[in-house]
Amino acid sequence: MIPAELAYERADSVEHAIALLGEHGDEAKVLAGGHSLVPLLRLRFARPSLLVDIGRIRELAGVSEEGGGLAIGPTTRYADLESSALVAERAPLLAAAAGEVGDPQVRHRGTVGGALAHGDPASDVAAALLALGATVALRGAGGERRLPLSDLFLGFLETAIAPDELLVGISVPPSAAPAEFAFEKFNRRAQDWAIVGCAVSGGPVPRVALVNMGTTPLRALAVEEALAGGASARDAAELAARGAEPPEDLNGTAEYRRHLARVLVRRALERALP
Amino acid sequence: MELRLTVNGEVVSGAVEPRTLLVHFLRGHLGLTGTKVGCDTSSCGACTVLVDGRSAKSCTVLAVQVDGCEVTTIEGLAPDGRLHRVQEAFREHHALQCGYCTPGMIMAAVSLLREGRELDEGAVRRGLEGNLCRCTGYRGIVEAVLAVAGATAHGPAPADQA
Ligand SMILES: Cc1cc2nc3c(=O)[nH]c(=O)nc-3n(C[C@H](O)[C@H](O)[C@H](O)COP(=O)(O)OP(=O)(O)OC[C@H]3O[C@@H](n4cnc5c(N)ncnc54)[C@H](O)[C@@H]3O)c2cc1C
Ligand code: FES
Ligand code: FES
Repeated sequence: MIPAELAYERADSVEHAIALLGEHGDEAKVLAGGHSLVPLLRLRFARPSLLVDIGRIRELAGVSEEGGGLAIGPTTRYADLESSALVAERAPLLAAAAGEVGDPQVRHRGTVGGALAHGDPASDVAAALLALGATVALRGAGGERRLPLSDLFLGFLETAIAPDELLVGISVPPSAAPAEFAFEKFNRRAQDWAIVGCAVSGGPVPRVALVNMGTTPLRALAVEEALAGGASARDAAELAARGAEPPEDLNGTAEYRRHLARVLVRRALERALP
Repeated sequence: MELRLTVNGEVVSGAVEPRTLLVHFLRGHLGLTGTKVGCDTSSCGACTVLVDGRSAKSCTVLAVQVDGCEVTTIEGLAPDGRLHRVQEAFREHHALQCGYCTPGMIMAAVSLLREGRELDEGAVRRGLEGNLCRCTGYRGIVEAVLAVAGATAHGPAPADQA
């Protein structure tokens, strides 16, 4: 199928994009890489009357150093995260997760900000960034606000981004042990989404996040608390599905997903932690 | 909307509706029917082209998104009728049967080879994850790409190719 009729504007600055969004309200939709939005347009599940393309706004793309951590522009493509020397040094977990997304074609076009703004619980990089303790910056006509990534996700494909706001930055704080990480993704066919996935970042306070175990990307807080209390990786991993309400679909029942979460978290912890 | 981009080395322009998918622009507006459509779910890779040198599924990109970019389709690999070395290798290694996946498969392979990484069988298979073939069982395809990768490992690639 082809998308329904719509108008298109290419924003040449963040201000321009915000002005267009302010003018058109929720009739407008931001277009970044288009690898979540174009499939929805094709199926006519999404029917905005205007697309605001932010793909050419220079200041929104690229990775730079920020206070020992990373500042990541939202339109940075997965493939560029995978090949960034800075990401490899400071947040190799993010590079590993980016390398697991879809297939090369998807990674050449899809953006990290698009993945977060879409709010899909099955996003690989969303889990990695949760485990890395990332924060995001949102900008609208009223100014800029910054929130922990975990506060961005409100529900299934639902985020705290207002219709006239743009996700303008992602910050990854410095890590004491960036090399202590693991990303585990379980699927049946090579290019598929995760049936369940898991991201672990180590250091003094390890963080664990899950892919596709609920309506949003989420932290496995029970596992983190158990580790902080001195539990072994094996024992902590038993708590991986505590409180989670995983989806049921053709790929697996909720119970199967809970089982996968326990197995994947154990593998990831054993690999990541010294 | 007015578009102006480079397709297979030539500047083309034209008016399109913003909702036009790149694959339909290439096939319908420019008559470049080498690029195929094989699914409605962005899964099969038959529509793969290069955008600024990197593989992309042209069914999942709006034509307006590549305004000003450089697009290469399967037709652009053999402009003077002489086969590109990846095409040669596909013929040599029986990497196609019905041929429907082949243009996309070859463009994905060209993109992978352009990265210049060292490739073994696993890396070739992962590099072609976005492309499905219902006929060959992939073996010939992987062998063809490995053969080209080996050739580049032992000497510089011809400047005008891959
Ligand atoms: C075949 C295929 C396989 C895939 N497999 C996987 C997979 O295995 N794992 C995985 O994690 N993902 C997968 N994806 C999804 C892919 O990761 C998407 O690219 C990504 O989720 C969205 O990024 P985008 O830049 O393409 O966003 P778009 O599609 O352009 O936008 C997505 C949504 O976010 C909004 N948006 C985008 N950027 C901003 C911004 N800066 N501010 C505010 N709103 C914004 C848009 O309005 C839209 O609602 C797959 C996609 C495809 C097509
Ligand atoms: S037509 Fe199948 S991925 Fe584009
Ligand atoms: S040769 Fe028939 S689909 Fe690949």
